[in-house]
Amino acid sequence: MTTVRTTYREALREAMRSAMREDERVFLMGEDVGRYGGCYAVSLGLLEEFGPDRIRDTPLSESAFVGAGIGAAIAGMRPIVEIMTVNFSLLALDQILNNAATLLHMSGGQIAVPLVIRMTTGAGRQLAAQHSHSLEGWYAHIPGLRVISPATVADARGMLATALADPDPVIMFEHNSLYSVEGELSDGGPVDIDTAAVRRPGTDVTLISYGGTVAKALDAAGELADAGISAEVIDLRTLRPLDERTLLESVGRTHRAVVVDEGWRSGSLAAEIAARIAEQAFYQLDAPVARVCAAEVPVPYAAQLEQAALPQVADIVAAVRAMVG
Amino acid sequence: MTTADAKTRLELLTTMLRVRRFEERCVELYSAEKIRGFMHLCIGEEAVSAGVLRALGPLDAVVSTYREHGHALARGLPMAAVMAEMFGRATGASHGRGGSMHLFDGERRFYGGNAIVAGGLPVAVGLALADRMRDRPTVTACLFGDGAVAEGEFHECMNLAALWRLPVLFCCENNRYAMGTALEREHAVTDLALRASSYGMRSWAVDGMDAEAVADVAARAVDTIRGGSGPCFLELSTYRFRAHSMYDSDRYRDKAEIGAWKRRDPIPALTELMRAADQLTDEDLAGIEATIGEEIDTAVAAAEQAPVEPVADLTRFVYSERT
Ligand SMILES: Cc1ncc(C[n+]2csc(CCOP(=O)(O)OP(=O)(O)O)c2C)c(N)n1
Ligand SMILES: [Mg+2]
Repeated sequence: MTTVRTTYREALREAMRSAMREDERVFLMGEDVGRYGGCYAVSLGLLEEFGPDRIRDTPLSESAFVGAGIGAAIAGMRPIVEIMTVNFSLLALDQILNNAATLLHMSGGQIAVPLVIRMTTGAGRQLAAQHSHSLEGWYAHIPGLRVISPATVADARGMLATALADPDPVIMFEHNSLYSVEGELSDGGPVDIDTAAVRRPGTDVTLISYGGTVAKALDAAGELADAGISAEVIDLRTLRPLDERTLLESVGRTHRAVVVDEGWRSGSLAAEIAARIAEQAFYQLDAPVARVCAAEVPVPYAAQLEQAALPQVADIVAAVRAMVG
Repeated sequence: MTTADAKTRLELLTTMLRVRRFEERCVELYSAEKIRGFMHLCIGEEAVSAGVLRALGPLDAVVSTYREHGHALARGLPMAAVMAEMFGRATGASHGRGGSMHLFDGERRFYGGNAIVAGGLPVAVGLALADRMRDRPTVTACLFGDGAVAEGEFHECMNLAALWRLPVLFCCENNRYAMGTALEREHAVTDLALRASSYGMRSWAVDGMDAEAVADVAARAVDTIRGGSGPCFLELSTYRFRAHSMYDSDRYRDKAEIGAWKRRDPIPALTELMRAADQLTDEDLAGIEATIGEEIDTAVAAAEQAPVEPVADLTRFVYSERT
């Protein structure tokens, strides 16, 4: 087994490349995915290898091409649809919710939609309020969808294949801060998209994170270790359905939980996780569940405001210190 | 040539130069990391800003896109406020919340700075609707790119505005690319003015590199709309000389194509015309450049020194301030 050093971006590309080589039903479509190579260069070079029929540039028409992905999936293809940024996915939300997530049920189980939608999410680059949001929680609200959020190079490489094998629609979120992150890739095969992962074991508190906040939780755990507090870091990986077992087992050991979420606090994924812990592990808790979320403000442009709006390592450390005492 | 023509030309030239020099300075400031985030320049497209905005009066409304520095300056937003916004300062047009893509000025009825492609069109329809319902004789100019014409919102708005005969001037800045996608690869029918006319509104195809032509047609369209015609559509053929944004490496355009369009640069074109007609001397031009240079220097210096918004005000403007 060889190990290669690669980036998150290249791992995603490699995942698409091998999916397309293995299964002729797989194709990619979205704005500027072909000639341009993708607005985050994820699909760079794929047009040359697979041609314009399978690497399909679309006009600016999110509703049409996401909906077309649904239709093509129903008719036997395995489309990967790329949406540049989560904020633009709102133009296609009707198709995602009213069709992709609903058709199977509404048709009494007849019409399945094996579609994968990839999109960039997250803030941190001063792109202001129409390019920076984290709406994973909204999508995780929707029955009928599976929502995944690779935070590592291995998951970027491995989750897509599993998502493509899924008979139902899968939404994959790629945090913009991750594309250039490097990591070791040892196997490169499909990985499960059912379970959360413990990224760092610990005994005093469980930090629950996903996507762009996993690195922050790990940094916080490092700082806390210096202060003699042992934090376990969980990467949710799949946001719907939630892997409650991993969460509850961890909280059962540590008796404390802090949820870190770049989404807004109210009605957030963090709220859902806190509720489930409260419902199912209440008597094992030594402290109320804490949350470190984005401030409830459309993401501002100015650097100091944007940074203040986002969950930071210091906020996580402070939340843990407040509960460990 | 009448003196009125000479005056118009001088105004158009001054506006275009002001926008051009402003954006050139923005490039330097971006390299110096004073300006961050996405920044989209309209260098090459200044004739549109100068010509269209000139046709509007102070009570008219404007809705724009993320490529809006030129529109904002031509609308009369103070350069200092625009520059400070790009620096993310408290004195900025949007109090540092918006940056380059989200310039606003309620007083001047400049309603942004919308960075969702085609996202401004419905708002423009609504502004026009309200003005119509209140019997105001105003026009709402809505500027957007060729890429926006592919979005569903575009078609919904064309129909709605035409159906209700709303006073909207739809201005499509056709610079032949939506990011890396060329016009022919984004539209089955590339004659955008023709498509607009299918909605039952008057439409014009205009040379968007010719400031006078733009000003002329825009003025006629605005008159037509004020006369109660309902919406009108301008397809302004133009070209961006620079990449889509500062993040874009611009590998998808042919150097020869860029070169050919640069030879049609609207600024030298008008300068030459005016020189030939004895409407502009070298001293005049030097004077204009000097004034603009000073204005930019002042705006940059003010932005540098302006305070930043305090973090304590992070959640300000999420809801209206109630007293
Ligand atoms: C709904 C939506 N989809 C995608 C984008 C990303 N994007 C920003 S600008 C742009 C190209 C728009 O082209 P056009 O409308 O021609 O305007 P131009 O940039 O050429 O002025 C794209 C794809 C966006 N901002 N909004
Ligand atoms: Mg364009």
